Amino acid sequence: MPVHASGSDLTADVVVVGGGLVGCAVAFGLVQRGARVVVLDGQDHAFRASRGNFGMVWVQGKGLDFPAYAHLTRQASDRWADFSALLKDETGIDAAFSRPGGFDFCFTGEELEKKRASLTRLSAQTGGAFRFEILDREGVRHLLPGVGDIAGAAWCRHDGGAHPLNLLHALQTALEARGAVLLSGKTVHRIEAQPAGYLVEAEGVRISAGRVLLAAGLANSGLAGMVGLDVPIRPVRGQILVTGRLPPFMPYVSGILRQMPEGTCLIGGTNEEAGYDEGVLTSSVAAISARALRVFPSLAAASIVRTWGALRIMTPDGLPVYTRSQTFPGVWLVTVHSGVTLAPVHADYLSRAILEDAMPPDLMPFSESRFVSSGSREAHHVHAAR
Amino acid sequence: MFTRLDDGENTPVSFSFNATEVIAREGDNIATALLAAGIGTLRHAPVSQSPRGAFCMMGVCFECLVSIDGGAPVQACMTQVRSGICVTGIAMQEDVA
Repeated sequence: MPVHASGSDLTADVVVVGGGLVGCAVAFGLVQRGARVVVLDGQDHAFRASRGNFGMVWVQGKGLDFPAYAHLTRQASDRWADFSALLKDETGIDAAFSRPGGFDFCFTGEELEKKRASLTRLSAQTGGAFRFEILDREGVRHLLPGVGDIAGAAWCRHDGGAHPLNLLHALQTALEARGAVLLSGKTVHRIEAQPAGYLVEAEGVRISAGRVLLAAGLANSGLAGMVGLDVPIRPVRGQILVTGRLPPFMPYVSGILRQMPEGTCLIGGTNEEAGYDEGVLTSSVAAISARALRVFPSLAAASIVRTWGALRIMTPDGLPVYTRSQTFPGVWLVTVHSGVTLAPVHADYLSRAILEDAMPPDLMPFSESRFVSSGSREAHHVHAAR
Repeated sequence: MFTRLDDGENTPVSFSFNATEVIAREGDNIATALLAAGIGTLRHAPVSQSPRGAFCMMGVCFECLVSIDGGAPVQACMTQVRSGICVTGIAMQEDVA
């Protein structure tokens, strides 16, 4: 159903602020349910985590001491293949999802044992649903013959990855095909309550809608304040190296190296508190290269053709926030740093939640109220981001 | 494929690509020189084996990678021709495995 437009004034059912993987996944669910949607995306200089990430659909290790997140992650991973197939049927664009299993490489015996302990705990907390194996170097060599100087790795069969740029392209193509309006260069500067909903004002456009979703990544900080929400987020930089196209040699995924379908390898990565700086440092490139060469010694022959830095959106405990405003009913806010992994559940659960004005029980634990009290969770569980 | 718009002005420069002599003009980049000589395929993609060559001509796509005198890959579109260089296609890098 087309969005009603009159000059620079639009009317829609839902305005989604943020045209990245989170906003577009939820918008896709909304249009599937018949809603009229306008998606507003930021300026050219906006921070764009959706274009700078590793594309992982990663399960291993997530949700330690927070079973709702382990459960949500696993659901998302299990739904990814169907989600990808649906997008490919609709748009012809392949999000290139595969779930070959993933390694978390460990360089010392101590690291390996710590990993064993935490994953054993996670397995217990999920009633055994989370399964993993701890492999020593020989065990890894059976799967990766060329592996180098490591103590071993944690292996999880539920880990995989997708092509994040293709995913975003597919979502946006599907949105436009189904009548959603996508506008870029639109920074929202006002959200005003109206009798039947909200007026969202951005550059040169005003949209009246019954409901609003704030999914603008780091810009959610400012937007939250407009609607009486206080959601603590901060940038955490990741630097990535990209090789030229290589013959296939790494069919599994890992946070250190992923080989993409056309042969390019992404090599990660850092986790830095560098503020809003997306720059790449020579020292980081050297450290990332050195670590990758320890695991894959034959990479010494590969060329690095590109590097980039991008900013994750991180909450104090590294887990998502799914919430809605108390003072602006119908305004929702989502912040995650695993927008690729969670895409299928964002499309499904959040779209239904927004249209039914009801927070699903599975998402209730993710309210930002968990940060308000000085409980044990705050600041002690900053997860290594992927 | 391509015809030079202004010919005869610049000094000819001779180099080789995959052991074939190519006459270029001073100031050409390697990609331009090869295209003007009717050579479009620089290498084959490692996964699909499809023939690949220069695309963006401005240093961002990395499709035009070649080796000069056996050295590490460089972008042909960003490298000027020099007399006598031996330019070769990127090998399959079989040693990365």
